[in-house]
Amino acid sequence: MSKNSVSPATRLPSGWDERYDVLVVGGGNAALCAAITARNAGSKVLVLEGAPKFYRGGNTRHTRNLRCAHDEANEVLTGPYSEDEFWDDLMRVTGGQTNEELARHTISESRELWDWMNEQGVRFQPPLGGTLSLGRTNAFFLGGGRAMLNALYLRAEKLGVDIVYDAMVTDLEIEDGHFNSATVEVDGTSHTIRAATLVTAAGGFEANIDWLKEYWGERAGNFLIRGTPYNKGSILRLLLDRGVEPVGDPTQCHAVAIDARSPQFDGGIVTRLDCVIFGVVVNNECVRFYDEGEDFWPKRYAIWGRLVADQPDQTAYIIIDSKAISLVMPSVYPAIEAGSIGELAGKLGLSAERLEATVADYNASVQPGDFDPNTLDDCHTEGLEPPKTHWARTIDEPPFYGYPVRPGITFTYLGTRVDKQARILMTDGKPSANMYAAGEIMAGNVLGKGYIAGIGMTIGAVFGRIAGREAAKHARN
Amino acid sequence: MHATDALAEADRQMTICNACRYCEGLCAVFPAMEKHRTFADGDLNYLANLCHSCGACYQDCQFSTPHEFAVDVPRTLAKVRNDSYKTYAWPGFLAGLFDRNGLAISIVAALGVAAFILGFIAFNDADQLFAVHQGEGAFYRLMPHNAMIILFGAAFAYAILALCMGCRAFWRDSNAVNAVIGDGRVSIWQAMKDASTLRYLDGGGVGCINEDERPTDNRRLYHHLTFYGFLLCFGATSMGTIYHYVFGWQAPYPWWDIPPMLGKVGGVGLVIGTVGLLAAKWRRDPALVDESKRGMDTAFLVMLFLTAATGLALHGLRSTPAMGMMLAIHLGVVFSLFLTMPYGKFVHGIYRFAALTRYAMSNRHGFAKPGASSSDS
Repeated sequence: MSKNSVSPATRLPSGWDERYDVLVVGGGNAALCAAITARNAGSKVLVLEGAPKFYRGGNTRHTRNLRCAHDEANEVLTGPYSEDEFWDDLMRVTGGQTNEELARHTISESRELWDWMNEQGVRFQPPLGGTLSLGRTNAFFLGGGRAMLNALYLRAEKLGVDIVYDAMVTDLEIEDGHFNSATVEVDGTSHTIRAATLVTAAGGFEANIDWLKEYWGERAGNFLIRGTPYNKGSILRLLLDRGVEPVGDPTQCHAVAIDARSPQFDGGIVTRLDCVIFGVVVNNECVRFYDEGEDFWPKRYAIWGRLVADQPDQTAYIIIDSKAISLVMPSVYPAIEAGSIGELAGKLGLSAERLEATVADYNASVQPGDFDPNTLDDCHTEGLEPPKTHWARTIDEPPFYGYPVRPGITFTYLGTRVDKQARILMTDGKPSANMYAAGEIMAGNVLGKGYIAGIGMTIGAVFGRIAGREAAKHARN
Repeated sequence: MHATDALAEADRQMTICNACRYCEGLCAVFPAMEKHRTFADGDLNYLANLCHSCGACYQDCQFSTPHEFAVDVPRTLAKVRNDSYKTYAWPGFLAGLFDRNGLAISIVAALGVAAFILGFIAFNDADQLFAVHQGEGAFYRLMPHNAMIILFGAAFAYAILALCMGCRAFWRDSNAVNAVIGDGRVSIWQAMKDASTLRYLDGGGVGCINEDERPTDNRRLYHHLTFYGFLLCFGATSMGTIYHYVFGWQAPYPWWDIPPMLGKVGGVGLVIGTVGLLAAKWRRDPALVDESKRGMDTAFLVMLFLTAATGLALHGLRSTPAMGMMLAIHLGVVFSLFLTMPYGKFVHGIYRFAALTRYAMSNRHGFAKPGASSSDS
């Protein structure tokens, strides 16, 4: 085992008992952007990351890119991406569930991110073949989100930001919207940290199954969590319990259909499957339940988690044949392969008779057309309920392949309401004097529902920098 | 279905990497991997030899230990790579030498040195060995030039033959899935550029991961000193051969002449480079290293160091009674280096160059990769 991959014995920084200017709770993109910005403004900064060193950074470690508006192409972005176009993209996925002032501010500030990240040592990769569809709008981190985090941590350490891992904040002392101190447990010992300002950047509650059950019922027990098991939402809970105004639909979460064989936590990017549009999807009664060909993956990718969550046992099966297998991304778990639909049903634990009937019905309804995976083609079904409106081809060429899928939760939408200065708003509508929020914990202000690639990183970085700047300014006064 | 456990493990990890692809911008291994959907042994040996072990992907991986996926590409590919030398060794019955490489090289080196000392004594007499020899042809009073040429020519020719045969086997096997025909020249030129700059030892731009998560470029620097030091020494020998046969000038040459100058600069580079690489190896995070084969790396570096150090000593002591002994030791070490080349870490350069050529070829031919990389959703 690597000496790097396990947390070092937690060492408390010297000056631990002193008062900090800025206390950052959380350790992902938003937290580090806040810490670096505040430190650069001259503040004494402490970062408390609840996870061990390897798992630092919450969902950021599984991300890959950053969406940013820009006027012209550069080394990593292929073309102009105007603020208006960014706004249109956001409106399309949120259906208007966004705070326009904050959203437009985020988009406008996103223009600076690429340069700023570069200055911190974050490296980006030139657009490669397979990522061209996003190469115009999104800057890709070289090596992925963990590489980006490593760069930000190196930068923060170099600047003299104090960082403690395995540091669980268990209480926040808040008086009339004013933060006084935090209680943190490190190595089984409780400490009280006093700070002039508090930046909360501690993510959502997607890894808190009990909390998810409040909205989803018992079926949440069958959900797979794509990020770290440390995103329990404990800071969000503390804030909401102490008079902070919530934002976002608590029942909403980003749920995609992922391989059912994935680990319950932290499967990350490799558990995704992109083959839905090339086959049929059935539940464990071998019944189809949605139009698999409605739109492109990844545009419709995020609806399948919710769809599967509504099926018995929160499980479904994607069925394709040999025509489709070479069109899909290689998957981390091999497709289950069989010489006939009946045999495949047996291997998947389904009724052979019913699956054969479902596939036969589907095959009989497929109309002739010109198959083209790159456009919304004219291959569709007729007389089938639900229909398959594009890429409908008969499933009849062995070997046949099946993937079991389950809902995979990426993040939650419930968060803390903030203003343009990243100040947390209290239930009485007034901004907190010295509490700020950045990242997933407040992303619901901008992203009320839906998702576009890379926007989580954008919101986190923009509001992280604002929170760091404002907190430092407040601490100085 | 795989020949070894290491290959099966490499297959498992490459399958995870191929579903992730976050590292595709770091080096050649990942784009090369993306051209496959499944991995035959030859493919994995090819990928393993394309890996420069910079460690960046390990530090950047969200699935490395303690994650249950336990992905550690640098170490896994180091194992496969070290095994691949054995797999492709020629003649096959000598492949076992790789397993006990450190010991084998020490024995061969000791025997080589002893043989030269004894040979000098038998050829002349013991007094001659410790006499002062100066002026043109001084070396050849201890060992006739023709004898040197025959001995070293034979050892060198054998090394070249064995290396070529091994490389041929590797090349064929690495083409198991996507055979590429023709178009060699451009790709070889590309591979020469990539190899000579150690393009893929830069961790994607910031340097290697060594003892911790802070990257440095030390290993690249030391490797450059070693590699170019070796080339300069090789150039010195070649130049000397030209002097001898073309111009009839006999060694030793004055200190300022081209062969001794090349030898000195190269020798100093080799000494600093090998010591630096040994020190870096010692300090490197064990998670990145195939510990079982550390002896092979060490033995090769020590042999290179000894070659340079004895050469420099010979140059410095050539006007003293120690010259005879130093000449015997130096020639013994060089002879042993030649003999052991095809069965030690030296082959990594050959296979890496072949893999880089193969990569340049497949890039130029633009094989489609299965599936498209996706966003972070």
